[in-house]
Amino acid sequence: MTDAIIDIDRVTKRYGSHTVLQDLCFSVRPGEKLALIGPSGSGKTTILRTLMTLETIESGTIRIDGEPLFQMERNGSLVPADEAHLHRMRTRIGMVFQLFNLFPHKCVLDNVTLAPMLTKGVRKADAERRAMELLDLVGLADKAHAMPAQLSGGQKQRVAIARALALQPRIMLFDEVTSALDPELVEEVLNVMRMLGSTTDMTMLLVTHEMSFAHDFADRVLFFDRGRIVEEGPPDVLFTNPTHERTQAFLKKIIAAGQRI
Amino acid sequence: MADWAGYLGLMLDGALVTAKLTVLGCALALPAAFLAGLGRLSRHATVRALSVAYIEFFRGTSIFVQLFWAYFVLPLIGVTLTPLQAGVLALGLNVGAYGAEVVRAAVQSIGREQHEACVALNLTRWQSLRHVLLPQAAVVMVPTFCNNAIELLKATSVVSLISLSDLTFQAQVVRSQTGSTALPFLTVLVIYFAYASLISFGMKALERRMTRGLDGLRT
Repeated sequence: MTDAIIDIDRVTKRYGSHTVLQDLCFSVRPGEKLALIGPSGSGKTTILRTLMTLETIESGTIRIDGEPLFQMERNGSLVPADEAHLHRMRTRIGMVFQLFNLFPHKCVLDNVTLAPMLTKGVRKADAERRAMELLDLVGLADKAHAMPAQLSGGQKQRVAIARALALQPRIMLFDEVTSALDPELVEEVLNVMRMLGSTTDMTMLLVTHEMSFAHDFADRVLFFDRGRIVEEGPPDVLFTNPTHERTQAFLKKIIAAGQRI
Repeated sequence: MADWAGYLGLMLDGALVTAKLTVLGCALALPAAFLAGLGRLSRHATVRALSVAYIEFFRGTSIFVQLFWAYFVLPLIGVTLTPLQAGVLALGLNVGAYGAEVVRAAVQSIGREQHEACVALNLTRWQSLRHVLLPQAAVVMVPTFCNNAIELLKATSVVSLISLSDLTFQAQVVRSQTGSTALPFLTVLVIYFAYASLISFGMKALERRMTRGLDGLRT
């Protein structure tokens, strides 16, 4: 697929003797909303972390906009990427973490303005104006001068989303962004993501255990098990009529645990 | 007895030298600690090796010996220092070596998730260190730096060995001239303790200031 924004080709990733990703292949179209589901340890978070260059891979190729992520061209041949190449590639990608990873020593506004000012040289006044728009978007404009420790989990995660958006990435990675939240705070974060999904043309990849959200939100769902894609398809098909028995067993467990799909 | 005012003046002169040594020693120890502590975390093997060599050498040899080297041996290779310069150099580098380990440990105590947030926000290594890791690590460093500064204050008494008339040296002078032992040594005790309390108080205030807002209670 040449028009893919993300192209993952036979990627293998190991931790010691444990294989986390096994000859993985898939691609993502620009603007596509992709949900990655599956049991824990199936490798779905590792894919997001690898795309964010937080992990390296043993073999295979990842291309963003057709350009290799971990290699670069030099004198006509591909060599391992240097820091400058990774830096350039990362400008296209943003990530939101399960545990928010806000900077605890900076107020909400500074959390959002720091990266644009440092990495893009945006002037303070401009960065703050843009940050206030984003905080307004996630419903937290009144918390701009609060410290992260004063916020609830749901508020922290919405700040983290605003912080990632401030760099205007074309691809956003959401790694179990509601898993660490109290149940009553999940919805406020999902609402922000729904709004992003319907108002922007960002490519979004989310790893989630919220099946009903994945069902409503995603254009396509990938079911992972043991480092491979077992089954993929549009949510209506994959959730209601899965063909693979491992998918059926997984969904059955999810429903038994009380989740609506 | 009429000379007591004069003797007290002598002691206060000594106290001033001690204060000067402590302040200048800390002023050297602090950058030395940051350079060597961050050097130990460098990606470059040479920088790491140099940092480890500095830290191990200055922690592993006595401050007396270091002082003698600074004052008596360096002149042999053409570097002549005044007693004050030699004292500041030895004290600063000695305490800086201990401080380097404080800096390293504090930076390493910052969780991996903060590093990852920096990568995801595309900060360079230096930007991450400068804006995210060091400001958080500094809070961890302050209490131990307070210990180091007090250690430095107390170690200043060794400079009397290279004829610098610090507080301890002057106390000995007063003692030998008056024959009184308890009074000059009591004065010394009180002054050292007052200095240490001052450092302690200052560091506590600094720590309070730096932790403001971090726990969500104080703003």
